[in-house]
Amino acid sequence: MGVVFDKISTRDAFGSALSELAREDENIMYLSADTINSVGGSLMHSEYPNRAINVGIAEQNMALMAAGMAASGAKVFIATYAVFASMRICEQVRTFIAYPNLDVKIVAGLGGLSGGIEGVTHQGTEDIAIMRAIPNMCVVAAADAASTKVITKAIAHYDGPVYLRLGRGPSPAVFDENYEFEFGRANVIRSYGNDVTFFSYGATINRCLQASEMLNKEGIYCRVIETPSLKPFDTEMVLKSVNETSLLVTVEDHNIIGGLGSAVAEALCGKNLTTPCLNIGLNDHYGVSGECEELLDYYGMSAESIVQKVKAKLK
Amino acid sequence: MKNIRELEAVATKIRKNIIEMSYLCKRAAHPGPALSCADIVAALYFRFMDVDSENPLKFDRDRFILSKGHASPVIYATLCEKGFFEKKEFNLLRHPGGILQGHPTFGSTPGVDMTTGSLGNGLGIGLGMAYYLKLKNQKSKVYVILGDGELNEGTVWEAIMYAPVKKLNNLIAFVDKNGFQSSGPCNDILPQRCFLEQFRSFGWDAIEIDGHNMNQIIDAIETANNSVDKPTVIIANTVKGKGVSFMENDNSWHQKILSEELYEKALSELSGV
Amino acid sequence: MADEITVKQAKDLAKEIRIKILQMLGNFGYGHLGGSMSIADLLGVLYSGIMNFDSSKPRWEGRDYFICSKGHAGPAVYGALTSVGFFPETELLKLNRLGTNLPSHCDRLRTIGVDMTTGSLGQGLSVAVGVALGIKMDELSNYCFVVIGDGESQEGQVWEALMFAGHNKLDKLILFIDNNGEQLDGKIFEVNKIDNYVERLKSFYWHAQLVDGHDANSIIDAIKTAKSVKDCPSAIILKTIKGKGSFAEGIFNHSLPVKVSDAENDIQNLLKKN
Repeated sequence: MGVVFDKISTRDAFGSALSELAREDENIMYLSADTINSVGGSLMHSEYPNRAINVGIAEQNMALMAAGMAASGAKVFIATYAVFASMRICEQVRTFIAYPNLDVKIVAGLGGLSGGIEGVTHQGTEDIAIMRAIPNMCVVAAADAASTKVITKAIAHYDGPVYLRLGRGPSPAVFDENYEFEFGRANVIRSYGNDVTFFSYGATINRCLQASEMLNKEGIYCRVIETPSLKPFDTEMVLKSVNETSLLVTVEDHNIIGGLGSAVAEALCGKNLTTPCLNIGLNDHYGVSGECEELLDYYGMSAESIVQKVKAKLK
Repeated sequence: MKNIRELEAVATKIRKNIIEMSYLCKRAAHPGPALSCADIVAALYFRFMDVDSENPLKFDRDRFILSKGHASPVIYATLCEKGFFEKKEFNLLRHPGGILQGHPTFGSTPGVDMTTGSLGNGLGIGLGMAYYLKLKNQKSKVYVILGDGELNEGTVWEAIMYAPVKKLNNLIAFVDKNGFQSSGPCNDILPQRCFLEQFRSFGWDAIEIDGHNMNQIIDAIETANNSVDKPTVIIANTVKGKGVSFMENDNSWHQKILSEELYEKALSELSGV
Repeated sequence: MADEITVKQAKDLAKEIRIKILQMLGNFGYGHLGGSMSIADLLGVLYSGIMNFDSSKPRWEGRDYFICSKGHAGPAVYGALTSVGFFPETELLKLNRLGTNLPSHCDRLRTIGVDMTTGSLGQGLSVAVGVALGIKMDELSNYCFVVIGDGESQEGQVWEALMFAGHNKLDKLILFIDNNGEQLDGKIFEVNKIDNYVERLKSFYWHAQLVDGHDANSIIDAIKTAKSVKDCPSAIILKTIKGKGSFAEGIFNHSLPVKVSDAENDIQNLLKKN
């Protein structure tokens, strides 16, 4: 089945939403570390050059400046790549943004394997795990351009730290302008039956949708649920799915340690349930250079591969 | 406005407060590094800074960041003198339930403008504040005190690099150059013999003073406050543990508990001033 | 003055490196052309006789070390390494393809002849400092060469490394700064102006020189001077042009599409030049 890609990337969708927000709220600031063009800042910069600034290749200074501005009343968006957003500035985010609960949004382009041909140094495949472990931090991931716009506005209206994971190039289009987002709420996208529940976010949603169509044809009826809010997490939806379906499957462009798979396992912990759970993602290894879609296939996240794994687990 | 004599008297009070809380809390605080910048903090809060203990978060206030956050007793001592909280809080320094954390914590202590303690981060925060306040056409100044050892941290240099680019003349940094860091004399580790040249080469105005001479402190801050388009750094030559004879230049007082005997001795020395 | 043969060898190698960069990126269709081309002359100098190495023994203990801290210039490094025999030229066509040994950014585990994985800016100099410290402690005669980008020098970690090297008198460490005046978001002076490297580096106890980064003669002489300086690490600031020798000079060229026709055109122009 053919995949339709968005016309614009999630980064540019963010940038478009940001510039609208900046017109409405003069307290909004945007800081980049030589990423003003590559993570959505150029539109806002063209209108408000003093409010969308580039601090140079100095990510830690960017995070600290954001803390200082937020402590002075600003609502700040900082933007860099996921690997730097979650690691290079991890301490600054934890101690100076999250601990004082300051209104800073950490926007991370090139999440997961979308760093693609740049290779491991630019692939942020542990970011969700790291950010989830920081108290006060909300963790959100957007799947496509339409949902990115909605999510960007939603996180702007929240007063506190948020990590927003985006991709790189145009994503497979999944949602439209009617998309709704709420912190702590998962979205049921498809509900064919009670055999399998897929949980996923970001780049792998459309692969779960494809897999569910393929399984449908073989009489295995699935639900597909998007979890854009990794923290706070919709544990109720997990428990509901466990009660109503026979197999939970998580699929993510992330290490299977610490991300969505772990969030689901945490929800099930101590509940004495017997419904099996299958975690699909990167099996605790690094990526390699390659195109993003190609790498997701390579690492066992093609629709065909997902179908095979599900059928093997159901046996 | 307080004159030199009055400011020196305030500095002595602040020193006494530092010693008191370091003893009363019965836990290892950092008296040495706090004492070395007491004169500067006294001058800032009692001569220059617009702050209000009734309204600690008022938007048009001046900001102060103790980037060398382990010297927290100095800011706590000063804020107490300014009426932000009561002296009884000294007993709970570094205790659960107290408002005085081991390192300054934004939101815990009235009057503290930002969390610090992890070295190297305060100047970047101050830079962000200075930028935003200037953008909002505020007259506020942002004062940041750094340790000399702290300048080992690369994040400080990122901020040093960027502040002049944005012409942040409302940002004033101090380097409390007491010659020591946690593991020993700075000169044995990563000596910085030429801060003036370094800062100037990055585009700052730089002044060097005796950090215990109130006249020089006042003059330097006035000069810095009048800067037209550059941030200013004031390199203050200081003595770690200044004001208490057995602490001066003894790096074991970087962090140590005071015995009752030494506590009495310290207080009596400071009362004799 | 460097002797004529040395200069000619360096220039010839630089030309070969440029041709290979264009072949690689033209074949893949996209890449970091600008920052690769700007250091081609430096690599021509280093790999044509200045650096000690043995392409049959990539980890030979007697080698000089080279770290390309601006790891996105991987194509330039690969061009040099293949030209001097570290691996066959056929590898070049696999740049950035799935399973390649030549990824976008330098990778020590994948590419023969690469001493350190880089790509996350600001870190390579610290690695080089570690290498140079080891050389000093063991009283060896190896040199450690490292190249950083000028935009990269905005990273605070670079200054941590500079501070350590200066204090510890690491005189077997030679740093090149590729001063091409541009970074991902545009011109350096518009982002975070640095125009006085020599002054800044001297205040950190480094010896510093500023040279034309496309003149092999000047680079060779500067390295000789650097090697003669004792008790002090050396920096050589290379004034360069991003994209030098390609169609992309003067346009945004940090990373861009490269058409086969444009690449071939440039290659022809390079071949015509002396």
